[in-house]
Amino acid sequence: MATIVPERETFDTRRLLQHAAQQAKDRRFQDFLIIDVDCHHYETEAFAEIAEYIEDPVIRHMALASIQKGSSRPGIMPVQVGNQDMAGRITRYVRRKEERTEAGIPRDVVLIHRYMDQMGIDYTVLFPTPMLNLGMHPQVDVEVAMARAYAHWMCERILPNSERIRTMLYLPFNDPEESVRMVKEFGGRPGVVGFMVTSVRFAPVHHNRYMPLYRELEAANLPLAFHAAYDWTHGAMPQLNKFISVHALGFPFYNMIHIANFVINGILERFPRLKVLWIEGGLAYITFLMQRFDNEYMMRSSEAPLLKKLPSDYMRQMYWSSQPMERVRNDAMLEETFKMIKAETQLVYSSDYPHWDFDTPSVIYDLPFLSEAQKRRILGENARELFGIGLLEKGSAG
Amino acid sequence: MAERFAIHLDELPDPSARVVVIDNREIGLVHLKGQVYAYSNWCLHQGGPVFEGTLLGKVEAVLREDRTVAGERFSEDEIHIVCPWHGYEYDVTTGECAPDRRLKLRRYPVTVRDGAVYVDCDARR
Repeated sequence: MATIVPERETFDTRRLLQHAAQQAKDRRFQDFLIIDVDCHHYETEAFAEIAEYIEDPVIRHMALASIQKGSSRPGIMPVQVGNQDMAGRITRYVRRKEERTEAGIPRDVVLIHRYMDQMGIDYTVLFPTPMLNLGMHPQVDVEVAMARAYAHWMCERILPNSERIRTMLYLPFNDPEESVRMVKEFGGRPGVVGFMVTSVRFAPVHHNRYMPLYRELEAANLPLAFHAAYDWTHGAMPQLNKFISVHALGFPFYNMIHIANFVINGILERFPRLKVLWIEGGLAYITFLMQRFDNEYMMRSSEAPLLKKLPSDYMRQMYWSSQPMERVRNDAMLEETFKMIKAETQLVYSSDYPHWDFDTPSVIYDLPFLSEAQKRRILGENARELFGIGLLEKGSAG
Repeated sequence: MAERFAIHLDELPDPSARVVVIDNREIGLVHLKGQVYAYSNWCLHQGGPVFEGTLLGKVEAVLREDRTVAGERFSEDEIHIVCPWHGYEYDVTTGECAPDRRLKLRRYPVTVRDGAVYVDCDARR
């Protein structure tokens, strides 16, 4: 007798990701440590709560008024033109508001645990979504106010409700002194495993004013992540007429700008123990940059006097998140990429769930050229070492 | 012949897609222009539940004689089912992945009789 799967009356993450749960079972992910270094929530869904934590009374008033206007009117948060949901084809964007969650636990925590349980993920590092464009806010004091409010909210409302959720807190990078203050104030809070800079911004990461921040992070042994995103309105981007182009180029582009300044200006010579993680540019751009810079450095080393080895050698000291891994019909190319970036120790699995181009852990597990030991490192062990995540007993996490 | 009852046709209006489970196998059914098609419900990309997605005409560019673009439109001849996980699109009449037709969903033979749909889950096509 056939069972007819009922049409969805309400959206549910567990139902959407049922096949991911089957994959996890088939591959025995219960025997693996899996750490997702990049998942997201939509912090604007809890914006009223976050706004209450804004310390500046005038900016708090502006934020609360912004909520009352609704998202259809310009407000305190930058809004991007875009089409992440492919005009509704990626159904979870539209339907996530229908999902029912248990009372008494923050909705974000429930939704995150649901995706983790289905994919077989033990720990996740949580990032915001609309705030990824906050670095383009013309008011630096608003960026600072939002960063601090979000950090307070995250540390008081979200992290205490889960032993499996970690975060790298948003740094208000357009204000270097405030960024240092954030690290000092929040660096030791439970669940905070590092700090994150959104890559979409016009900030020269090699400028002297950022050295105190790198010194502080290195001393505290806290990783610094750069999280890619896109912006359709600045620089060369408005020439692109389709979202596929903006997304494919934009995410690696903003990371590449910062990697260039970071490497060529010898930041890792000055702060050799600073752990740097680059998130969500995919993998192909890394080897492109390595080849480009190594070739030019041999001719123009006079322009990079702080370097003592090839640019790619510094890049192999950095960490890279795996998603969106370019899955094309060329395993040899991908295998070579893994070798070039020293994936066995430097690559960390990321899902980016619930965004449109998420990767399940199977994307790593199913690669034909990885050994079992390499899969375990990329899916969890590299991230555990990077973040120093203390482990719960398998199965007791909840 | 392992033909199995799948669904009553009035539960699968034209056009629509539904998922049925037969012997623990998820089968995606599509009723389109009087025909019923049956495929595996596992996307060839990352395993998403294809037939829980959206039915939509292929997006076509309209070119003028002078090769300038006049605009875009939805095809009424080529209809796609779109995987809700990542957007992979499949031609519902063939199960082929629209941007790379070398990729094809597993297809199952379908029989419609007396207002009911039957699927042969063991056959390979």
